[in-house]
Amino acid sequence: MRKYFDEIIRIAGNVVTVKAPGIGYDELAVITTDRGSSLAQVIRLEEDRVSLQIFSGTQGVSTGDRLRFLGRPMQVATGDDLLGRIFDGAGNPRDGRPEVKTELVDTCSPAVNPIKRRRPDTMVPTGIPMIDVFNSLVESQKLPIFSVAGEPYNELLARVGLQADADVIILGGMGLRHDDYLKFRETFEEGGVLGRTIMFIHTAADPVVECLLVPDLCLAVGEQFALEGKRVLTLLTDMTAFSDALKEIAIIMEQIPSNRGYPGDLYTQLARRYEKAVDFDGAGSMTLLACVTMPGDDVTHPVPDNTGYITEGQFYLRNGRIEPFGSLSRLKQQVNGETRDDHRAIMNACIQLYALCRESREKRDMGFEMSPWDERLLKYGDHFEEKIMDLAVNIPLFEALDRCWEILAECFEPAEIGIRHSIIEAHWPKPLAESGAEETAEAAA
Amino acid sequence: MNGQIVAVYGSLVTAESQGRIVQNAIAFCERSDGARLLSEVVRVRGQRADLQVFEETRGLKVGDPVDFQENMLPAVLGPGLLGQIYDGLQNPLPRLAEDAGFFLKPGMYIHALETDTRWDFTPTATPGEKVQAGSTLGTVPERIFTHRIMVPFRWQGEFTVESVADPGAYTVEQEIAVLKDASGEAHPVTMQQEWPVKVALNCSRRRLMPKDPLVSRVRIIDSMFPVVRGGTYCIPGPFGAGKTVLQQITSRHAEIDIVIVAACGERAGEVVETIREFPELIDPRTGKSLMERTIIICNTSAMPVAAREASVYTAATLGEYYRQMGLDVLLLADSTSRWAQAMRELSGRLEEIPGEEAFPAYLESRIAAFYERAGQIELADGSVGSMTIGGTVSPAGGNFEEPVTQGTLKVVGAFHGLSRSRSDARRYPAIDPLDSWSKYTGIIEPRKVERIKDLLRRGNDVHQMMTVVGEEGTSIEDFVVALKADFFDNVFLQQDAFDEVDAATPAERQKFVFDKVLSVADMEFDFEDKEQARKTMVEISDLFRNLNYAATDSEEYKKTLSLIEEFIATRGRKA
Ligand SMILES: Nc1ncnc2c1ncn2[C@@H]1O[C@H](COP(=O)(O)OP(=O)(O)OP(=O)(O)O)[C@@H](O)[C@H]1O
Ligand SMILES: [Mg+2]
Repeated sequence: MRKYFDEIIRIAGNVVTVKAPGIGYDELAVITTDRGSSLAQVIRLEEDRVSLQIFSGTQGVSTGDRLRFLGRPMQVATGDDLLGRIFDGAGNPRDGRPEVKTELVDTCSPAVNPIKRRRPDTMVPTGIPMIDVFNSLVESQKLPIFSVAGEPYNELLARVGLQADADVIILGGMGLRHDDYLKFRETFEEGGVLGRTIMFIHTAADPVVECLLVPDLCLAVGEQFALEGKRVLTLLTDMTAFSDALKEIAIIMEQIPSNRGYPGDLYTQLARRYEKAVDFDGAGSMTLLACVTMPGDDVTHPVPDNTGYITEGQFYLRNGRIEPFGSLSRLKQQVNGETRDDHRAIMNACIQLYALCRESREKRDMGFEMSPWDERLLKYGDHFEEKIMDLAVNIPLFEALDRCWEILAECFEPAEIGIRHSIIEAHWPKPLAESGAEETAEAAA
Repeated sequence: MNGQIVAVYGSLVTAESQGRIVQNAIAFCERSDGARLLSEVVRVRGQRADLQVFEETRGLKVGDPVDFQENMLPAVLGPGLLGQIYDGLQNPLPRLAEDAGFFLKPGMYIHALETDTRWDFTPTATPGEKVQAGSTLGTVPERIFTHRIMVPFRWQGEFTVESVADPGAYTVEQEIAVLKDASGEAHPVTMQQEWPVKVALNCSRRRLMPKDPLVSRVRIIDSMFPVVRGGTYCIPGPFGAGKTVLQQITSRHAEIDIVIVAACGERAGEVVETIREFPELIDPRTGKSLMERTIIICNTSAMPVAAREASVYTAATLGEYYRQMGLDVLLLADSTSRWAQAMRELSGRLEEIPGEEAFPAYLESRIAAFYERAGQIELADGSVGSMTIGGTVSPAGGNFEEPVTQGTLKVVGAFHGLSRSRSDARRYPAIDPLDSWSKYTGIIEPRKVERIKDLLRRGNDVHQMMTVVGEEGTSIEDFVVALKADFFDNVFLQQDAFDEVDAATPAERQKFVFDKVLSVADMEFDFEDKEQARKTMVEISDLFRNLNYAATDSEEYKKTLSLIEEFIATRGRKA
């Protein structure tokens, strides 16, 4: 059944209100204007008035234009035919190739029943010690990269994407610069993964409402692959652009903003997307990595702040390095107990000592005398930054752990690093005779 | 059908009624495909009611029928709640998964209790006995507890027992007693009953002043900022500071009868962890799996927002129900901020005048009323039950000066504030020992706790001073104070949640170690220089840390303890 309506009574921002009875909430419509046609989605029903957000924006929409309601919510094509393809935020091909005509699924499926989720237990190796040793990435994790504009966050995203060895890679670009889009394509092509990659790209030049759809399209497609047993990796960049698009719509709908203009349901809106990361009990999984640029390098800004409360940790990218402070993988303990017996001990000790080093540096910078202990911490900090933190370092986990032990042994006595005796005995790279328990006994004598 | 939809906006539906509308009563919005979506009346204006729908409203249309009911959103109470995993509306998730597969299905509701399970009923009331709401009519064994079958709490006045069922196996739907009211009318009783979740349930002789320590086996809590049975506490902290981990370890190790985990608007993965782990973890106190004493209520962040608001009330009602049996219940709500945000979303849609940060003006009174549901009560038969509530708070930007944290701090008995700097430095649990407080008395003598708090404050002052004058400008006496404060922090306040032994310290061991640590803090030293002071304190810290990792009375434990005792006896200033 096709329903046409043409009594447009309000146009504001990206929202058009039309008189139309019998329309379902969240339903899609096509609006035809002089510029062509665009999809639109119902966002409010009031008696016979229907408000819709127009995907391509309301520029040029006139009160004489017509809307045709489709009687269904937003849908997207799925399946293997999508592999290697590139689409825009409305789901139309962007690569000049024909439309994909496969089975359609609704976007924004209901929540997964927690009973049907597995406990994630597979580490995703990245070759980056700051991730593998200190904040292991785990299959089905949802994890953002927090960074300021200008940091190589898209490069990091692409690098992890390549190393992660997923069956299907889905890239969602929101407000992406065209150059960045080309760069992703190039990287994936060189890495030989383009054939199992699907891209939904909204560039800064495209209508803002389409930006809002990108995550939903990516996640709906990814979810279908995961249900078929595939291990999916979804990369979303930049979720701040997505949030700003939400803000824009909320303001047009005259919602009362809660914090710096963002709507009160920002948390819910973001959570509904991030929670699509899943390890199905009896099917595949979807891992979700996202970029969140922090306006003004401020982590308390509503977008990174709400994101942090939703995701399973975050990687802070600053000065081209993944910061040990603030970076966190909340799922690391699901996997780092089974890697090697010293993994957790090293992880804690190295960070605690690096924190102390930072204090010593502050003291030094203020011109205070350095105690022998401070000197050791300073030495440690330099080694740690150069041999472990640098993003150029690309070594497997065990090698990275060994390297940490070497740095510790070079800078400290065994009793100073806060690791229990049994582990030190097994891993300390130097002979233990002249230190540790012996020294304690000596001093007591 | 006695109404129809006139407007839809997010989770808010406005419907016109042809009949009576009861504020806070439930209603069903009927979608054209037949799904009946549960909702609640939140505002009445003339013949129009605003409904918050507990499901996604996708597909609802103006004109769709609405079925207004008279009763408020109920919880179903009876044997079989323990070990269950419910959504915020008390739908059993395992059953939903059997029927609907991977995804939740809007409009699909399943009765909270198994109706074909038979429970071994033993009558305790006798015909002729006078009873009232909450009186026990009989008992059934439910897992490790004796579950009391009680006169429905919503029945008013006095009743006479007409008949009670013989001992035997009955389902929750079968009649187990008949009561007569004052006018002589007979009322059948089954083992299940309903109670409106938003109304506090308390049929007791009186409320008691809560003062029995609730041992969580987290040292910094039990020794420094204790919680008591029937008390309230909150854990505010920025994201990733350790609120959930703290609640998870508490839910495992707390010395309490029943734990109700209310996962409110947080990650599904965290619930999955509990669901998967608890059945395999043995509670050393009972020898049974932890699931036997646990109920999980989860409305994760991807589930509909309106049901999130209901979920904490559902959890509180189940807790109150077991309290009526003379049991001690601990309700852990993570996170109350998500619950407050759900209220904010609804309030925004209702276009109410917003308060601070767009939260509704009634936020504080709602928070207060929720925590007020905690308490220790004396029941009609003299037995005592309690419900303790611990809620996490997730303040925007980690700044405690925001409405939910502030509203909560006004009403709770203990405040465990997590600090970003402590969690960044991996000093877990990241409870800030200088900011946090508790109005309760725990397992350690307050006098001793005060001494330690004083040490921590002085240590902090010295650290502050050192950032200005440097180590060289600090006297050795002051320097030692800072070292001692750090020592206490390192070996007592910090606790490794992921180590088998260190994760939980029983009360006796806490008291013992606290005294030992205090002895070290009291030691006077003659240090030649700061380096020697530092080395000495590193050495004793290292010993205590090893003690923490050693199982009580193991060889390692005894060996380390004797080294510690030797240190205390020999290393101080010679008199
Ligand atoms: N007691 C602890 N011991 C060791 N690690 C911890 C401890 N507490 C927290 N952590 C680490 O910090 C991570 C985050 O903790 P948690 O999930 O409890 O944070 P949260 O405060 O609940 O954050 P959010 O508000 O985002 O839910 C954990 O995954 C773990 O890696
Ligand atoms: Mg949490």
